[in-house]
Amino acid sequence: MDSFTPLVSIQDLHKSFDDTPILKGVSFAIEEGDLVSVIGPSGCGKSTMLRCINGLETLDSGVITAAGATISRKPGAKLDADFEKTAHALRQRVGMVFQQFNLFPHRTLLENTMMAPIIVRGVPHEDAEKTGRTLLEKVGLGAHADRYPANLSGGQQQRAAIARALAMQPKVMLYDEPTSALDPELVDEVLHVMKALDAEGMTQIVVTHEMRFARDASDYIIYMEGGHIVEISDEDEIFDNPKDERTRRFLRRFH
Amino acid sequence: MKKTTLLLLCALAILFAPFALAADQPPLRWAAATDSNAPYAFYGPGNKLTGFELEIIQAIAREMGREPVFVPNDWDGLIPGLSRGLYDCVICGIEITPEKSQEVRFTNPYYVTYEQFVVKRGTPRVASLDQLAGKQVGTLSQTASFVMLSKIPGVIVKTYDEEVNAYADVVNGRLFGVLLDYPIAKYYAFANPNLQFTGPPFGQISYGIALSRTNPALLEEMNAALGRVLASGEMRDILSRWGLWTAMVADTFGQPEDPSLPDTEYRAFVAATAEQPSLLNRIIGYARFWPLLLQASLLTIEVSILGMVGAVLLGFALAIMRVYGPFPLRWIATLYIELIRGTPLLIQLLILFYGLPNIGIKLEPFVAGVLGLALNYAAYEAENYRAGLLAIPKGQMEAARALGMTQRQGLFHVVIPQSFRLVLPPVTNDFISLLKDSSLVSMVTLVDLTGAYKQIATQTFDYFGAGLLVATFYLLIGLPFVRLARFTEQKLNPGTRK
Ligand SMILES: Nc1ncnc2c1ncn2[C@@H]1O[C@H](COP(=O)(O)OP(=O)(O)OP(=O)(O)O)[C@@H](O)[C@H]1O
Ligand SMILES: [Mg+2]
Repeated sequence: MDSFTPLVSIQDLHKSFDDTPILKGVSFAIEEGDLVSVIGPSGCGKSTMLRCINGLETLDSGVITAAGATISRKPGAKLDADFEKTAHALRQRVGMVFQQFNLFPHRTLLENTMMAPIIVRGVPHEDAEKTGRTLLEKVGLGAHADRYPANLSGGQQQRAAIARALAMQPKVMLYDEPTSALDPELVDEVLHVMKALDAEGMTQIVVTHEMRFARDASDYIIYMEGGHIVEISDEDEIFDNPKDERTRRFLRRFH
Repeated sequence: MKKTTLLLLCALAILFAPFALAADQPPLRWAAATDSNAPYAFYGPGNKLTGFELEIIQAIAREMGREPVFVPNDWDGLIPGLSRGLYDCVICGIEITPEKSQEVRFTNPYYVTYEQFVVKRGTPRVASLDQLAGKQVGTLSQTASFVMLSKIPGVIVKTYDEEVNAYADVVNGRLFGVLLDYPIAKYYAFANPNLQFTGPPFGQISYGIALSRTNPALLEEMNAALGRVLASGEMRDILSRWGLWTAMVADTFGQPEDPSLPDTEYRAFVAATAEQPSLLNRIIGYARFWPLLLQASLLTIEVSILGMVGAVLLGFALAIMRVYGPFPLRWIATLYIELIRGTPLLIQLLILFYGLPNIGIKLEPFVAGVLGLALNYAAYEAENYRAGLLAIPKGQMEAARALGMTQRQGLFHVVIPQSFRLVLPPVTNDFISLLKDSSLVSMVTLVDLTGAYKQIATQTFDYFGAGLLVATFYLLIGLPFVRLARFTEQKLNPGTRK
């Protein structure tokens, strides 16, 4: 284990909203290339944790490192003056995909993938277009590059959202329930893209309710409840032989 | 060689000396409200400025060796304009009173007169104003007769902006009578077969030329010039031709009672207003107002477009401040919006134009008009844009930030372009309202379409026709924007774009 250099690591992360603690000391680390699923009951803080990892949310205390950028805060200390700067640096290495896709409706799929590279990185237009088309091709939307999001199915929109995030060449991809808003028959096309990325060695953290996907595709699974990580274990182990009583109770609903 | 040049220069200087002197004297800028202002100073047939006060001020200016330059203004703005330094003096049938003397300086009287009561023909004689208790009586605002009437218990006083409307209401039966200065009564009521003069002369009032209190030298100069115009008999000639040389005037000035000349100007006025032109002639008559209407339309369009551009820019800044700004900015924006929306545009315009000079800020009428509209509509635009910004789902800004954009980049590349589509239809509609509200800039001396309406109506006495004409112009100007609003509502519906 001494050669283990995590790509993402979280140490003792605390976060509360309006004095209500939501994350009560969360720690874990992920190696490059891993696909990790995060499961747990509604309201346990999964989304909040994910949003902390790319700095969309401030933290109360703890240390977050992702792809070389670090945000930290000591308990009771003030938020760093340059938090937004660090978070901004961090977000450029961490891609995020939302439950509601959040594509930009006033832009075509291609433009959606081109915007951030051009605006944030100053990538030349032609290069951004080339990358955009390649990525859309990759998620199976090459033929739809010039269409607007409103004219596409949910599954197509979510795949486009993945391509858009990939256009910033992230080291880590975060997904917050990427298939929850989809009709059941559209779920697989999105999961398929994620599996393909895993095969290419992309590091991915997926908050999901898709137990089958979690079991099939994950390298391991994090089970959260009440603002704590209750159990981290091998994907088969957690399903076949959960160590914790709470995990057992949660998973019983999916059998 | 040099000597000859010098000599030549000297000769030239002597040659042009008289002109140089005349040019040295600054022009005498005088103001009057010409709308519905016969026989004082008004636009007569052929759209030419005329009137007995015009002739008096011309005579005085000539005596002073100065070029008279006319500056038009609204009746309510005459005195404030004097304090603003828009012009040197006001001659507009202003009565000399102790209260007004606090504000301005008056020359010696150039005319004295009394209040004349006018009723519908056949009404029993009114011998005393006390008889008017319980009756509706009309007059003009800010006049001596208004003051006189308000001292009599029980009279119901109705004030009008234009004497024509007051007298019309006597004919219509809305008023029992109208009390106004004799010259007005003579020109607007005397020749009307439905109206009748009644009672004795009420009171005695003196008209003076009003000057700013800051220029005592000018006052002396004008009084001297006025004295010469009186002494030479020129004043008697002018007033005689206008049919205004009354016993009271003759007595006050110590001159013979009978007029020195026939009342040709009065007769010409009565003749011009008495003839009832046929509809066709009336329409043809309006043709001469084309240049005025065209110019006024241009001004209305200019003021409206510039006002809207200002409103859009400021409104946009306010909306951003209110939605995304830090605490003090957000608070300032909110305060501004509530303050502006809670007060009438007219008052804001008047404060800008007549109020600000008190703290040393003098705005040109055009600037004041545009600024007034811009500042006012900015508050409404800000609320539009705020609604537009808030209508964009939070997830859009989140996605932008998650992609590494700053809040600013997210705002300008993601949120604002989307809200733009949402707010375009209401903004177009607002422009149409602004176009109509721009009629208020006529209150700060601008001759926009509404200003043109006043001029046309008071020259033709055809309030109905002039109203329809000007309304049509507003409609025509607004039409393209109405179409645009429809178009934007249909085309720019976000999400349905193909
Ligand atoms: N911005 C916020 N302000 C206040 N409370 C919040 C905020 N965001 C989340 N919460 C609260 O924090 C708690 C955890 O929310 P979170 O979205 O992280 O849960 P989750 O595990 O993702 O649940 P779900 O499975 O329903 O998405 C919830 O009780 C939620 O109401
Ligand atoms: Mg969630």
